[in-house]
Amino acid sequence: MSSGLWRGAGRRLRANPAAMVALAVIVVLVMLALAAPLLNPNSIEALDWSQVATAPGVAHAHWFGTDRLGRDLFVRTFEGARTSLAVGLLAGAVSLTLGMGFGTIAGYVGGRADYLMMRIIEILSGLPLVFFVIFLTVILGRNGYVLYASLVAISWLTMARIVRGQTLSIRRQEFIEAAVATGGSPARVIIKHIVPNVLGPVAVYATLMVPQIILVESFLSFLGLGTQEPHASLGTLVAEGAGEIEAAPWILLAPGILLALLLVSLNVLGDGLRDALDVRDPG
Amino acid sequence: MPRYLLKRLGAAIPTLFIIVTLSFFITRWAPGGPFDEERALQPEIMANLQRAYGLDRSVWVQYTRYLRGLAHGDFGPSFRYKNFTVSELIAQGLPVTLELGTLALAIALAVGIPLGTFAALHRHSAMDSVAISLAVLGIAVPPFVVLPLLGLVFGVALHWLPVAGWEPGSIRYLVLPVIALALSPLAYIARLTRGGMLETLRSPFIRTAVAKGLPLKTILTRHALRPALVPVTGYLAPAVANIMTGSLVVESLAGLPGIGRYLVQGALNRDYTLVLGMVILYSSVLIAMGLVVDVLHAWLDPRVRFAQ
Repeated sequence: MSSGLWRGAGRRLRANPAAMVALAVIVVLVMLALAAPLLNPNSIEALDWSQVATAPGVAHAHWFGTDRLGRDLFVRTFEGARTSLAVGLLAGAVSLTLGMGFGTIAGYVGGRADYLMMRIIEILSGLPLVFFVIFLTVILGRNGYVLYASLVAISWLTMARIVRGQTLSIRRQEFIEAAVATGGSPARVIIKHIVPNVLGPVAVYATLMVPQIILVESFLSFLGLGTQEPHASLGTLVAEGAGEIEAAPWILLAPGILLALLLVSLNVLGDGLRDALDVRDPG
Repeated sequence: MPRYLLKRLGAAIPTLFIIVTLSFFITRWAPGGPFDEERALQPEIMANLQRAYGLDRSVWVQYTRYLRGLAHGDFGPSFRYKNFTVSELIAQGLPVTLELGTLALAIALAVGIPLGTFAALHRHSAMDSVAISLAVLGIAVPPFVVLPLLGLVFGVALHWLPVAGWEPGSIRYLVLPVIALALSPLAYIARLTRGGMLETLRSPFIRTAVAKGLPLKTILTRHALRPALVPVTGYLAPAVANIMTGSLVVESLAGLPGIGRYLVQGALNRDYTLVLGMVILYSSVLIAMGLVVDVLHAWLDPRVRFAQ
């Protein structure tokens, strides 16, 4: 892929104010999530019995207030953000790799293998996967691996379809033929020539996939099937806060607003990238 | 068309069969059983319970029995709700969930389509930007964040509507849950309608209609709307899935006595028959939605009809 396309895309992205604001918000949130333990001396588990369910303020050490057990919400909210981001990025990276591998192979090899691989994707996409995830997390135990595995299982399907579509559209072009004619093995052609040329749409959909994964993770955590106490994710914090909106609305507000901000920013950035790279859904 | 529908229905049965089989064996192979209590039951009682529910037989016998029951429309007895069959539990909660879901879908369509059309007609205007921003917000923010925030504003602060609760026949308790559920499909529908409309308005037959001097309203309703809605119909099945998943959390947050709680509760309690019944119910709704979408698609786009 010519670097000119990426440079042009970078220029168009910088000219898009909404996307740049979103990028700035994401950078600030990531830095805060990483730095929160340094900024505030409270630990995520420490119970402050003198300050149970205290409203936010600067007079005491709990800037976002405390929850029912007297745990500091500033530290917990940003721990939640860290969990959500880590899950989104890690499960996203695995789905991306899986989808790239599956999609390029199906698209490049074609024929019966492609037909078979796409039927698998079709059947899996037809299943009500979120219900299966609920099912699996509960029955196989509520541990981190099952959570990650189910998030990946949901996310990689779309990526595989998109990568296959892109691969199909470039497979017949001359530079691929030239690579094959000069004796490139399928693996080499895929890695050296196909992968770099599908990176544009992949970047777009990866950016849009991360908020999707964060959303599902917080949904599962909200139901009590994801992140477990004493650890926090934005989903568990929202669930905690939702039960207390009359007595202590701040328990909901900090994680709720943070989750909304994070999801909106990631989506806006993804949309901006899509416009900048001029990607259309190949279906 | 009828032949095509029959063919599609025929294809739906194996899908459903695979789902049932997979779910059945996953539940049976999972560690832990429905009668595990904190204090172990006496072996005699345990054996009696197992026999009463047919759990003492081999998995294969249980499976064939279950399938035979299903073929007669019987989901079996619930393992945890004593003296209730799964069908009875579902029949109790279904009307509430159905009312919630249909209202949410209806509002998403009734607001989303006009909003998207409006945004397409006034492209790059201030209203268009507002509509797009609303759509991004709606797509990004999940119902379990929206509902408590709505409750905080309209319930706790303004006292206009109840935060949670249920009273048969009263619509007041449904307002906030329906809005929370409708928001994300509404946003998608608005976005898809806007895209479809922009694409359609560029096509030659619309130019002809404009050249003939037809009023804007006629062009929209008689010519542009049908092709512009094709992408929206494609989204209907995901929209229903979206609303069904959303109602799992919305019902529990709003204290509505629907069927949403049975899936998670049933799974946590190892109430296998209840979970299986719920998975089958949800899958059937999704498969049926797929059929509805195909019919709508053929009606909106004549090319689809000829291709069959």
